[in-house]
Amino acid sequence: MTGFIIRRVLSSILVVILTSIFVFVLFFKGLGDSPARNACEKLHNGRCPAPVLASIKHEMGFDKPVATNYAIWAKGIFVGRHNVYSDGKGYNCPAPCLGISQMTSNTVWHDLKTKYPATMTVAVGGASMYLVLGVILGALAARWRGTFADRLLVGGSLIVSSIPYYLVALLAWIYLSLQLKLFPNTGYYPITSNPGKTIAYMALPWLVLGLTNCTSYARFTRGQMVETLNEDFIRTANAKGVRTNTVLFKHALRAAIVPVVTIFGLDFATLLAGTIFTERIFGIDGIGNWSLQALQPPMDINVVSASVLVSAILVVVANLLVDILYSFIDPRVSIA
Amino acid sequence: MSTDTFERADDMAAPANPSDPFLVVEQLTVKFPTHDGLVQAVTDLSYTVERGKTLGIVGESGSGKSVSSMAVLGLHDPKHTRLSGSIRVDGQEVIGAPEERMRKIRGNSIAMIFQDALTALHPFYTVGDQISECYRIHHRVSRGEAKKRAIEMLDRVGIPQANRRVDDYPHQFSGGMRQRAMIAMALVNDPQLLIADEPTTALDVTVQAQILDLLQDLQREFNSAVIIITHDLGVVAELSDTTMVMYGGRAVEYGATREILTHPEMPYTWGLLGSIPEVAGDANTRLIPIPGNPPSLLNPPSGCAFHPRCPHIDKVPGDLCRTTLPDLVPGDRGANHVKRCHLANPSEIYAGEVLPEIAPDLIDPETGEMIPEIAEVDPDEV
Amino acid sequence: MSTVTNSDIERAPDRSGATVGNETLLEVRDLKKYFPVKSGGVIRRTVAHVQAVDGVSFTLNKGASLGLVGESGCGKTTTGRLITRLYDPTAGEINFEGTDIGHLTRRQMMPIRSEIQMIFQDPYSSLNPRHTVGTIVGTPLRVHNMVPEKKTLPRVQELLEVVGLNPEHYNRYPSEFSGGQRQRIGIARALALQPKLLVADEPVSALDVSIQAQVVNLLRDVQDEFGVAFLFIAHDLAIVRHFCPEVAVMYLGKIVEIGDRETIYEHPHHPYTQALLSAAPDVKQAAIGGRRERIRLEGDVPSPINPPSGCRFRTRCWMAQEICAKQEPPLLQIGKRHKVACHFAGEIHQAPARPITTEMLGVDDQGNPTGGATPAPMQDQPGFADSWFDLKSKSVTSA
Ligand SMILES: Nc1ncnc2c1ncn2[C@@H]1O[C@H](COP(=O)(O)OP(=O)(O)OP(=O)(O)O)[C@@H](O)[C@H]1O
Ligand SMILES: Nc1ncnc2c1ncn2[C@@H]1O[C@H](COP(=O)(O)OP(=O)(O)OP(=O)(O)O)[C@@H](O)[C@H]1O
Ligand code: SF4
Ligand code: SF4
Ligand SMILES: [Mg+2]
Ligand SMILES: [Mg+2]
Repeated sequence: MTGFIIRRVLSSILVVILTSIFVFVLFFKGLGDSPARNACEKLHNGRCPAPVLASIKHEMGFDKPVATNYAIWAKGIFVGRHNVYSDGKGYNCPAPCLGISQMTSNTVWHDLKTKYPATMTVAVGGASMYLVLGVILGALAARWRGTFADRLLVGGSLIVSSIPYYLVALLAWIYLSLQLKLFPNTGYYPITSNPGKTIAYMALPWLVLGLTNCTSYARFTRGQMVETLNEDFIRTANAKGVRTNTVLFKHALRAAIVPVVTIFGLDFATLLAGTIFTERIFGIDGIGNWSLQALQPPMDINVVSASVLVSAILVVVANLLVDILYSFIDPRVSIA
Repeated sequence: MSTDTFERADDMAAPANPSDPFLVVEQLTVKFPTHDGLVQAVTDLSYTVERGKTLGIVGESGSGKSVSSMAVLGLHDPKHTRLSGSIRVDGQEVIGAPEERMRKIRGNSIAMIFQDALTALHPFYTVGDQISECYRIHHRVSRGEAKKRAIEMLDRVGIPQANRRVDDYPHQFSGGMRQRAMIAMALVNDPQLLIADEPTTALDVTVQAQILDLLQDLQREFNSAVIIITHDLGVVAELSDTTMVMYGGRAVEYGATREILTHPEMPYTWGLLGSIPEVAGDANTRLIPIPGNPPSLLNPPSGCAFHPRCPHIDKVPGDLCRTTLPDLVPGDRGANHVKRCHLANPSEIYAGEVLPEIAPDLIDPETGEMIPEIAEVDPDEV
Repeated sequence: MSTVTNSDIERAPDRSGATVGNETLLEVRDLKKYFPVKSGGVIRRTVAHVQAVDGVSFTLNKGASLGLVGESGCGKTTTGRLITRLYDPTAGEINFEGTDIGHLTRRQMMPIRSEIQMIFQDPYSSLNPRHTVGTIVGTPLRVHNMVPEKKTLPRVQELLEVVGLNPEHYNRYPSEFSGGQRQRIGIARALALQPKLLVADEPVSALDVSIQAQVVNLLRDVQDEFGVAFLFIAHDLAIVRHFCPEVAVMYLGKIVEIGDRETIYEHPHHPYTQALLSAAPDVKQAAIGGRRERIRLEGDVPSPINPPSGCRFRTRCWMAQEICAKQEPPLLQIGKRHKVACHFAGEIHQAPARPITTEMLGVDDQGNPTGGATPAPMQDQPGFADSWFDLKSKSVTSA
């Protein structure tokens, strides 16, 4: 078991390193010296004298090979960097240094830290909502498969999943929050200072995320459950005299949940990497919004590559957690 | 084993006559409505099993063996099944019984062993958990006591180091051990009726022998009634007191096992006996296969279901075999041996035509008669 | 009655003469197949080997049949797949008509491939459900250019008739046939190339009892008619006895006893063979009241990843002694056509008190080396020699 986790952690680290190289090299090569030119033009009101450009290029490292730049950047993550050049000034960037954001002139890490709790709250709340709702609905639909309730659920879920998510979110915000005032204004309120307020402000986004996504989970769980309910071990449980609900939620669900967990792990990682629509529509200042702004020209390359790196790490970690979770759910896996 | 089976007590509110057979199945019919039509899985099936006795059910794949015995446990989904007839367990009617009462019988006074123990055990729970779950459903005991009971049962079915293996998962057991765990689970509540649905089909011969011995020992110990379902006549021959041969959802021959095996009266049974090579018989005889294929249960053949494959159809006058379903009635060998066939003189045909072909070694070469051991089987002895 | 006899195919004129010859068709020598067991993770190291087949030797004459029996996982299928070269052998030779085909490349195998065909266990999964029977049976003909294109269909129909199927049904799909009929399709496909050797891997195990007999009879007819040699793999001792004049019993990757039918079934000398035979339920015996004495084997087959030292059967053998753990018993010829691998080989209840193998292994009764082994004839060689080690006289004898 420990060996298995260690091996998986090591391979995850490898994946993260490879992604970071990939991202860094692609941006560095792809953009050429345009970041330096942009900075130069910004400092000199649209003109850019050659000697200034040359010195900026030197400051930004364009005169050195990609590998060297990557090494500097990667080392900075662990030990920090001094005198990082941005917009004509040198900044101090303590570890973990992901560069300086052009938008705010703060370190990227600092911004990441301030934006992250909001995204995290949206993701955890929304995801738990749709997971729990979806699995329960799916299990019940499987139990009553073929009945009207089952068909209603399957049909309803198809309709819900065919409507674009942002439309649901937008309408919910307009009607439930603005017009009917069922929910207070939405947004992120730091959870540490007033959890009650956080929940009240987050309730609508959670609900919208939960309801729209739970349908696909319900359908998926239902499919898995129907399959599992035909398994021989379910027949055995019935033949032992186990109660119907116990058969359903103890015997069948435990076996049916495995593939659901896989999908959930990946979905959750995507959520953590930023929920752009949710954040924009409900006015939440999170990672998704942040990276969207960074993409506007002139691109804030440090923020963009940091957010790519963060998503990569999140996906890898989610995968790892799913694998570990697997070996708790399914005893046959742990020996691998 | 003590009798503190608190749930069983209220089940048995009406004390049954102890001389009655433990299980009485009468005119059981099971139909499944499907997209393709009505599957007539079991039709008009009647049999009894007494305490301490074993009934063997043999027949081709799809002949309704499993379906009929699952009906005894009430395991068919009522929404998708049409059941009729009567099944009485210790005097209590099962068909139409409320789910709650069935639940108390299942795994308690009637237990079932399924064919493939790897798929029949839950892969995510330990063997011990699954056995003690079955105990705790029917007994008010603590987890610890239930586990102790599980260890005791595993030990009894011959799992070495049961107290350690109890925490293993099914995949950590070998095929034979899994089947033994399955048996342990079935026996944990000392059932009065044990239904074993092909308990050894997936196993190697040496392991099969272990399991059959085990079943026999346990039956002797608890005096339970046993139904063993199989397509292996050898298993039936060694284990059961009475045998029922099924074909196309119906019983086609029923009687004492030795009687059925030595004096079969129905062409399908002859066919079965002729198609199996013997480990000890003459190696150079040709096998006598049953021609053709098993019948469809959606559109069962008219008259005798076996008629499209029956080599003796021309011995029955007229079109009787094709038009009229034979009744399950005694032939020439007394009231306890019934068969479903129009042939008037089955014993003669068997002794004169069939036996010389399928088992020449059982014929005395000089007299041309059956060897005495065979001829002398008493049809009423069970 | 068999369907072939019913059909109007001409029988081979001389059934016995042309078929079973004395010419060796196949000689397998010390064949081994180890499957690597990999660890998980990124770098998948090989952590162990499944010794699926570990030193198997036998010969098979033209038109003869050898049965291969043994418990699940003992390596029967692997042996069959090695001979048809679906697997590459780890070591050993497979001499087919004198050429070692064990290490031929795919291209070199091409001409030989048509000579060795396989019939698979599961008639449901071994046929492509999207191809018609005509395509399934005709494909090998086309691939190997056996007949001109326009003769393919008549040949397919001929083959279908041989296996007792309606030749008009060439346009149907496998799903329209029953299990027994599907197995016939598989046999027709295997026969299409007129092979000299058919490896039949549990050809009837998946079929109903009443259908099994149809297929076994068909295989017999095929053998009589075309003189095909069979390697017949099964775990059903009765079927093997019925089909094969010569039988090899495998245990955990090795042959433990091999001999002609009468010897193996009437006078087995290996405890495992004895146990196997005693375990098979027997209808007629039981019917007339007698029940053969059953040898109860404890436990299950050990893992082929880590087989027991010495004799592989010793963990379940009731006769095992010290020497059995220390020395592996050689497959020793003890009769004209009989070889057995056991230190205490003997008929049931008549096992010798002392190990019979001490001199040839150069060990004492406990299996400790004393030096100076005197090898017996034909020790672990394929086939049978003219002289053998006689158990009664404890010396080498010849016919
Ligand atoms: N739930 C169901 N719906 C429709 N048909 C069914 C259902 N269960 C069983 N059947 C059909 O009923 C018939 C009898 O099945 P059953 O399982 O009793 O056969 P069996 O005699 O046990 O055969 P086997 O030896 O293969 O186990 C089969 O044709 C099967 O396809
Ligand atoms: N491709 C493979 N990779 C790894 N191990 C294998 C492979 N094929 C077979 N084995 C192992 O080799 C051993 C022999 O397998 P094989 O299939 O030859 O047995 P068998 O005698 O045919 O058994 P059965 O009667 O169950 O078909 C088994 O332990 C099996 O698990
Ligand atoms: S009733 Fe007729 S068809 Fe049926 S088994 Fe008897 S002889 Fe054969
Ligand atoms: S060598 Fe020993 S352990 Fe092996 S079969 Fe013979 S007696 Fe048994
Ligand atoms: Mg069945
Ligand atoms: Mg195999």
